[in-house]
Amino acid sequence: MLTAELEAPQIARQFTSVLRILEAFHHDSSKLVPILQAVQEEYRYLPEEVMTFVATALDIPPARVFGVATFYSHFALEPKGKYVVRICDGTACHVKGSQDIVDALTERLKLPKGKKTTPDMLFTLETVSCLGACGLAPAVVINEDVHGQMDAERTRALIDQICVEEGQ
Amino acid sequence: MTNEKSLTIDGFRVGIDGAKNLLEVIRKAHIELPTFCYHSELSVYGACRLCMVEVEGRGLVTACTTTPEAGMKVKTQTSEVRELRKMNIELLLASGNHDCPTCGKSGSCKLQSLAERLGVDKVRFKAPVEQKPLDLTSPSLVRDPNKCVLCGDCVRFCSEIQGIGVLDFTHRGSQSTVAPAFNKGLAEVDCVACGQCAAVCPVGAILVKTEVERAYAAIQDPKKTVIVQVAPAVRAAIGETFNAVNDTFTMGRIVSALRRLGFDKVYDTSFSADLTIWEEATEFVNRKQNGGKLPLFTSCCPAWVKMAEHDFPEILDHLSTCRSPQQMFGSVAKDVLPKELGIAREDLVVVSIMPCTAKKFEAARDEFKTQGSPDVDLVLTTQELARMIQDAGIQFPELPVDSLDQPFGTKTGAGVIFANSGGVTEAVIRYAAGRLGEDHPVIEEVRAEQNRREFVLPTPDGEIRMAVVHGLAKAKELVQEIKAGTSQVEFIEVMACPGGCIGGAGQPVTHSAQTRRRRTQVIRDVDTTHDLHCSQQNHVIKELYKERLGAPNSPEAHRLLHTHYHSRKRIEGAGIALSEFTGEVKIPVSVCIGTACHLRGAQDLLKRILKHVDDADLVDRFDIKATFCMESCDRGPTVRVNGHVLRRATFEMVRDTLASAAAGALPAVEACDDCVHA
Repeated sequence: MLTAELEAPQIARQFTSVLRILEAFHHDSSKLVPILQAVQEEYRYLPEEVMTFVATALDIPPARVFGVATFYSHFALEPKGKYVVRICDGTACHVKGSQDIVDALTERLKLPKGKKTTPDMLFTLETVSCLGACGLAPAVVINEDVHGQMDAERTRALIDQICVEEGQ
Repeated sequence: MTNEKSLTIDGFRVGIDGAKNLLEVIRKAHIELPTFCYHSELSVYGACRLCMVEVEGRGLVTACTTTPEAGMKVKTQTSEVRELRKMNIELLLASGNHDCPTCGKSGSCKLQSLAERLGVDKVRFKAPVEQKPLDLTSPSLVRDPNKCVLCGDCVRFCSEIQGIGVLDFTHRGSQSTVAPAFNKGLAEVDCVACGQCAAVCPVGAILVKTEVERAYAAIQDPKKTVIVQVAPAVRAAIGETFNAVNDTFTMGRIVSALRRLGFDKVYDTSFSADLTIWEEATEFVNRKQNGGKLPLFTSCCPAWVKMAEHDFPEILDHLSTCRSPQQMFGSVAKDVLPKELGIAREDLVVVSIMPCTAKKFEAARDEFKTQGSPDVDLVLTTQELARMIQDAGIQFPELPVDSLDQPFGTKTGAGVIFANSGGVTEAVIRYAAGRLGEDHPVIEEVRAEQNRREFVLPTPDGEIRMAVVHGLAKAKELVQEIKAGTSQVEFIEVMACPGGCIGGAGQPVTHSAQTRRRRTQVIRDVDTTHDLHCSQQNHVIKELYKERLGAPNSPEAHRLLHTHYHSRKRIEGAGIALSEFTGEVKIPVSVCIGTACHLRGAQDLLKRILKHVDDADLVDRFDIKATFCMESCDRGPTVRVNGHVLRRATFEMVRDTLASAAAGALPAVEACDDCVHA
């Protein structure tokens, strides 16, 4: 597992947290969604083996856990980067040129075709349907920080700044 | 009808008579509304939208999800309803690859027949271009997601009737598919290969994996002598493919067709079913008299055996060690026939004709190989045999009849009734009564239709409580009761498929309980019209014991006719790494957290190990991993340290082992299962 290499000191703690999460929800399979949400908080995504473990602990088929995890776009099945960049592609942002930002970042981050996360696990690029910040269109959110009225150039600058901070 | 509670359908009054939903009332009125996702034995799903009708005051509703109410005015044939139905079919035809001539389901596909019936003569929409990969991992089944219409029948059958839940819906909207967990192959998860998903699939999205070409290749090979065994259930169903269900001499025509296809000898699996009864009844009596493990579960059904291996490792010693009739036949045939026919073992090819898809998996099991070569070389389902007959142009209903070869064509009625749920039990009862010199008692419950039935067999030494179940969810329910100590049964027959083997997924496709009833009756009629009804009357078997095996359960009988089982992981996958990755070489430690170990407290054990390693400052020495299954579930929790397997591991045991490993006193071994520290 890739995260195993990057997040080494946390690993045992993460798993112990999963055990705690399951206990907190009394191993109740009807609480599958909140359990997966809590697990994702720990791992930043849902590793396959952890989903199998959750299924085992809740006594439900792994196929059902997988079904629920793939149904909601909130759940990520692949590890995400340290910085998750969400570009709003709702109607307002789209009209105001959000696609240019997506194209610019895909190029800036050298994302391989079909991949959302950079190989160094630093960035994940996602589009979302609407952030509810249409007045700020086009909007870009990096982790928890919202940036309004963005364009390709300013978004690139934000990424450059993060790279500098990360020593790259 | 003068029923108080009635409604009108297209102007005709119809009584409700306690029907569960409007669809059933309409069908009772002899109107066959089209459906994909409605099966009376499964939960109502309402997804396919084909049973739309108009109810006055409510507009369009799906009949399957509507509760019938007195006075309802229902219209099933309005222009709007007809348009909608056609549109639904048209959209489904555009939803994937529905290229009929090249599809294995052609001829028994519901989408195909509905398109024809509803007069859908053009598809205005383009089919998607992207093709999803096929799942070819299973020895029994092929899954083609490009043909799936998302009716969910397979999902519900597997979880509701079989109690497993291998398949489920994944993703959403236009991306929706039906798949095993994590898009793995069927062979990488706990699929038991019963094939009922393929049997309920209205289209060709799940099909029986065909071995017809391998059969032809063996027949064409001049060096090979190809013999074939025909399972009892085949004779009850193959006629359906040829519109010849009322044929009294189906078996004679099967023999005739097999000879025309080029098989050298034709035998009957009912012969080895008789043999199974000798062995299994003896095993039961021995266990009962000598305080062996009871209850005893039958082991004829390979899907049930596989389920027990995945889910109930702790009861594996309750499964009869008897091989199934298919495997007993293969073993005996390959032991006896080469000498008799003057050929080498490797030139003898044993083919089975089975109603069952799991038999393909069974034949490929390592336990059933002699020096690497399988006792049964290949398994064809009833469907595949029918296809070979059609392919060859053989006019099945008109064929002259022929008789089975000897010695393994000899059977009693007891061997034939194995095809029905309750049949093995009835055959055991007859055998027991026969041994006691009595007429065999007829116990009504043995022949009942319910998927779980229990009854008491009176014997001179007291009573024997017996149970018969079909559908693996029922078996699961019973196992849980036995584990909880609330069930006192001593003998349990388990068949995975509805109605037993006659309802196997290798049989011609049917969606009707009526067809299964007819097959059950055919099997009973074959038994009734046979001269012999008890397995001990089979003189070839008597001879076989005298010449070759000694007595039932003798060492030689054990070598040829019995087997053992092993626990199996439920899903393939890597473990969860729990240690820092530093690039240094560390001692590997895996703690199993699979279901069985989980139930035996593996979680707590793992927590204590992690804490201990941390407290004792050993973090740099060990590479700890949580893994899913080491397949020794019956002796869990299992922990592996530097390759050494610890079974029934306790914290103290692991702590001491870690200490000696850290001190360099536990040399690494290749993951060996023999060095048990239990």
